[in-house]
Amino acid sequence: MKTKFALFGAATALALMPMTAAAERGESGHLNIIYWQAPSILNPYLSGGTKDVESSNIVLEPLARYNEVGEMVPWLAESIPTVENGGVSEDLTAITWVLQEGLLWSDGTPVTASDVAFTAQYCMDPEGGCAQLRVFNGVESVEVVDDRTVTVHFDAPTPVPYGPFVSMVSPIIQAAQFAECTGARAPECTEANFYPIGTGPFTVVDFRPNDVIQFEANENYRDPMLPHFQTLTFKGGGDAASAGRAVMETGEMDYAWNLQLAPDVIAEMAQGGAGVPISAFGTLVERIEINMTDPSPDLPPETRSTRAAPHPFFSDIRVRQALSMAIDRELLVEIGYGAAGQVTCNLVPAPLAFASDANESCRMQDLDGARALLDAAGWTVGGDGIRVNADGRRLTIDYQTSTNAVRQDFQALIQQWWREIGVEANLRNINASVFFGGDPGSPDTFQKFYADVEMYANLFPGTDPQQYLGAYRCGLEPNPDSQWQGENINRFCDPAYDALYAELTQTASLSERARIARELNDILIQNYIVVPLVHRGRVDARANSLGGVLLNTWDSGLWNIADWHRTM
Amino acid sequence: MFTYTLRRLLLAIPTLLFIALAIFLLLELSPGDPMADMPLTIPPEVREQMRIALGLGEAWYVRFYKWLYMFSVVEPSHVLANMTGIESLAVEGQRIISFQTRSPVADIIAQRLPQTLWVVGLSYIFGILIAVPLGVYSAYRQYSWVDQLGAFVSMVGFSLPTFFTGPLLMLIFSIWLGWFPIIYDTTLVVDSFHNFGLQMRQMAMPVFVLTLYNAAQINRFMRAAMLDNFTQDYVRTARAKGMSEKVVVLVHVLRNSMIPVITVIALGIPTIFTGAIITEQIFRVNGLGQLLIIAIYASDFPMVLTLSMVFAILIVGFNLIADILYAVMDPRIRYD
Repeated sequence: MKTKFALFGAATALALMPMTAAAERGESGHLNIIYWQAPSILNPYLSGGTKDVESSNIVLEPLARYNEVGEMVPWLAESIPTVENGGVSEDLTAITWVLQEGLLWSDGTPVTASDVAFTAQYCMDPEGGCAQLRVFNGVESVEVVDDRTVTVHFDAPTPVPYGPFVSMVSPIIQAAQFAECTGARAPECTEANFYPIGTGPFTVVDFRPNDVIQFEANENYRDPMLPHFQTLTFKGGGDAASAGRAVMETGEMDYAWNLQLAPDVIAEMAQGGAGVPISAFGTLVERIEINMTDPSPDLPPETRSTRAAPHPFFSDIRVRQALSMAIDRELLVEIGYGAAGQVTCNLVPAPLAFASDANESCRMQDLDGARALLDAAGWTVGGDGIRVNADGRRLTIDYQTSTNAVRQDFQALIQQWWREIGVEANLRNINASVFFGGDPGSPDTFQKFYADVEMYANLFPGTDPQQYLGAYRCGLEPNPDSQWQGENINRFCDPAYDALYAELTQTASLSERARIARELNDILIQNYIVVPLVHRGRVDARANSLGGVLLNTWDSGLWNIADWHRTM
Repeated sequence: MFTYTLRRLLLAIPTLLFIALAIFLLLELSPGDPMADMPLTIPPEVREQMRIALGLGEAWYVRFYKWLYMFSVVEPSHVLANMTGIESLAVEGQRIISFQTRSPVADIIAQRLPQTLWVVGLSYIFGILIAVPLGVYSAYRQYSWVDQLGAFVSMVGFSLPTFFTGPLLMLIFSIWLGWFPIIYDTTLVVDSFHNFGLQMRQMAMPVFVLTLYNAAQINRFMRAAMLDNFTQDYVRTARAKGMSEKVVVLVHVLRNSMIPVITVIALGIPTIFTGAIITEQIFRVNGLGQLLIIAIYASDFPMVLTLSMVFAILIVGFNLIADILYAVMDPRIRYD
């Protein structure tokens, strides 16, 4: 009965939407948002944490954003520069952005091209420790052409020049406010980092680190009708469960971010009737990464888990394939993610053009097929059900991941399936701050990979997977010489892959890029270097009375907060 | 007495230095990295630059010395300047900067102290107010139903962890009954009776959870101390002299029984400042406990180190106060 009522309420809300959307700034009153991770700082250049980046995007805005379907839309810029409209130079080394006319900062001063150039200078300062330095990769200079026009010059042809000043990770900051905050002085500017002046629909009134932020509507926002809300409280902290309850059961809050909860828990909360869960899918894929090198503790530290010591049995593709075939991905989705997950057989699951359709066979669990493969590879079932090969080596693997309830469920299920095909898995889980911490002194980091397989999730920001696929090239693997830093976690190395990747970096046409990206994806998947499990979405919750929310996984979830409004 | 206090204070300095070094080295050796929270999309070389920007590039003894200087000279001067309003008191130089917020650690601690004092402090006071009379009566009427009830409540308070009672109360009083809010509104300013009511409502659950816990401990001590004294000869003497029961219990026995209990209460005061880490986290009270746990998760070493050190100073300080109170309360004890 309650669900029916909720559905009815949602339908009424939809019907009322066009009426209220025509009202004026601030008429919707007060909005309460809860993020169970509390923002620490409102400067995305000093913190890469999602909570900090998304909250700062209420105030700070980029030149262009991705919308809810992953298309780039002009934001502070007039239009998206392309080769066709002359905005991107023929040789792909320069992109020229033109700011909208009449843009003002929230303090009333005009936004100029020099603010844009300053933003680049701020992040590219070698002593600043900028978290978003990656998006400025290859930028040679940022030239101010006139008050509204700015040209970014790259040091090499850049087929996708939409790194700098695009999406939530690279918003424009005010030159006047941050002028004294460059380089080593960046962390000292507490006032600027807590109360940035922006162009966004809201301005910061009170910032309490790791607790709560209060915003009010920006008087100088470019659209005089927006935002609909006059004030905004952005509460942080606690846990995902009570954040979901506060929206869907007690109705204290209007919007809750990223409810990483068991599907049945979310469904039960939705019975509360005050709000509904909403979900959307980006590029986040939960996967098992296979170690192509030998993690054996008997090896000396210089060669353990490095290319010098190939893996004793993963060098046989049949073993890797059998591990993938034994997994029932449908069941993993059902148990771990529900509406927030779907089966994927790809490393690049989205956008649609980039998603390969050549690997769909992984959707079906095939235990018999897996057993046959292992038989063919010379692994025979021993007395205790675990396979041994001719040398008497047992098929035992170490399987590590970070500590997280869903991941431990997955480990237990997968361990069981692998046991059924005669593979013994020793499970380990490691605290996330250690596992992802990258401390070269710790043996437990995901980069060091002192295990045969490991499970985690990764994604690429924006809509272009070039950087993401580039991680699997030869020479990028973590090793003792690189202080165990490096992105090629699997230690995969294939010259053909590298050559194809080089082609991708030279290609500008979108359809060609998509084709190459799909092929790169297929190489990794069909060689069973990466075993994708679940394409993970993001589940947020909104109150029934909140309209205008378009959940966006390509950019900040709060990207269109100016359009949010009350529907009842 | 004065020389004793002085001697103890001087002895506290090497103790605290040792504690500081121990905490620093523990943090240094513990795995964990301030960059761990960052998305994997941030490449390793950028992470390395961020680490250097945070000052992690220097040798540990350099960082320890710098922190020690800032903690003992720069930060106290800023606190003093803030309290007196005389800006010139503040020593120039870099302050202890939190990795998460890139802002001075002392400012954040000052911002959060009042919340902890209110919620945890209030629950401590309530705990004492409930535990002491209950303990006295339980001992006086041993094995009566009040005593049994006290024992039961203490058992519940001791054995049910706050991370169980907290969500349970939320479920009952917020979700089913709708009496109290789940989210603690830290921006609420108490300037009217209406807001005072709101503040009371949002404090009710965390204060109750902590009161139960505190009362359980003090109640048991009080009861045990009273029972010890009831069997003493002076109690029989007092009764033989014809004193009323009221005088015997509340004047003779209670006063003598309070000596150990006051020590326990004094030693517990630093825990008010350390906050109730779990309770604050559950109820989203932005106090020091929550600050500490978030800092630990984020590997925010300067914050963890500074907070732990402040707590260490409080504990050493209250230990001394408890010892001195002991002598004040009990004339038989003299330290000189």
